[in-house]
Amino acid sequence: MADLKVRIWRGEAAGGAQGGYWADYALPARENQTILDVVTQIQREQQPDLAYRFACRVGMCGSCAMEVNGRARWTCRTHVKRVAAPGETLEIRPLANFPVIRDLATDMTPFFDKWTRARGQFQPKDSPDGGVPDEFSVVPPASKMRQQADAGIECIGCGVCYASCDIVAWNPDYLGPAAMNRAWTLVNDVRDGGKQERLDAVSGDAGCHSCHSTQTCTERCPKNLDPSSAIAGLKRTIFWDTLLGRR
Amino acid sequence: MRAPGTRLWAIQRLTAAFLGVAVVVHLVTIMLAIRGGLSAAEILERTRGANWWFAFYAAFALCAGLHGTIGLRNIAGEWLGLRGRGVDALWLGIGLLTAAFGIRAAWGLYHA
Amino acid sequence: MPDRRHPTYIAFVIHRVSGLLLALFLPLHFWALGQAITGEAALEGFLRWTDGAIFKFAEWGLVVLLALHLAGGLRVLALEFLGWRARQKDMVAASAGIAIAAAILFLLNVD
Repeated sequence: MADLKVRIWRGEAAGGAQGGYWADYALPARENQTILDVVTQIQREQQPDLAYRFACRVGMCGSCAMEVNGRARWTCRTHVKRVAAPGETLEIRPLANFPVIRDLATDMTPFFDKWTRARGQFQPKDSPDGGVPDEFSVVPPASKMRQQADAGIECIGCGVCYASCDIVAWNPDYLGPAAMNRAWTLVNDVRDGGKQERLDAVSGDAGCHSCHSTQTCTERCPKNLDPSSAIAGLKRTIFWDTLLGRR
Repeated sequence: MRAPGTRLWAIQRLTAAFLGVAVVVHLVTIMLAIRGGLSAAEILERTRGANWWFAFYAAFALCAGLHGTIGLRNIAGEWLGLRGRGVDALWLGIGLLTAAFGIRAAWGLYHA
Repeated sequence: MPDRRHPTYIAFVIHRVSGLLLALFLPLHFWALGQAITGEAALEGFLRWTDGAIFKFAEWGLVVLLALHLAGGLRVLALEFLGWRARQKDMVAASAGIAIAAAILFLLNVD
């Protein structure tokens, strides 16, 4: 059986991205194996102290994303043969734009803090205390707002878009695609009462107005969501609402 | 529209819409004027005292100055890390100064 | 070096670089025009000066930069204000820009 060559970035948090080094491994190439399978096999058989993170293994939890051969990907659902041609080396490193904890494991705290900053939590309109409202809202499945909310709702919070975004790399305050995609689903939720505060929170240089529509987030999203369009929707809503005096 | 950058974004998009049309009008005018072999006297005959012509070029210069400078401001923020209220005020000044140079050139043809 | 080879990223880079060059050129353009246009004789001299080959080449470069920047701008405005999603819409913007560029280049060659 031919060998599969793998290079893995290793390093400690204190060292940062500069303090790390590349470690080389070889293992039997199999017909069917995911990147996560490969990392797991290396950790079990060759490098017991290799740090990485995963949970569900089936593309639901969003914890196993890494940068593989220049692109951020969900490793549990990425087959080796889709990334590297036979004989080509796999190069695996922690997600960009995240602080490294150790090796392939990153600290996702800043990422989720930005969801909070973008007001990514549902604020019930009819019941400010968060309880069940007296009346149910009628949300026709075919309505435009419902469809726009649906388009972004399946985000699993894996951080692939955030790691792929140049604006995040250039401006550490920038909220990033996932947080604003979440905000856009809530702006389109007729049951939500926090629209004005949310639009304020996502506006300006740290928010939607710094997006240059490179669409790398949309290009990389493993769930095929379109955060770039969600951000454009926020810009559009803020522009017309302000111009027409609706906010 | 309170967060830094929000208003500048709106100004840049609005000027972009005007510039898109104005640039094409400007280039076509220049091509026709110069390629037709117009002399300076013939050009001045048309621009001198032409109020609409001057208004168009004054607006054009203002939009171009602001649009370009907001772009430079964004690039400087992202690539050089130059950010803040003070830096924004400086860029606004540069934008208006650039526009003033353009309006001076148009004034030269209008008032000559 | 992270992988950024998708068409919309290339469109962004072209838009940014052309915009940067145009923004740096603009004050120069305005200043030079202001200096040249101070009377009929000065304007006549300026017009004759711009007949030179180097000026023709610079003119052509400017028109191309403007066309590229305009095409990229149409893409951004379409995404932001019309909510266009699909990649094919970017192609529409790009081809519109190329069409405008072609038209202007055509005019450049009409003597």
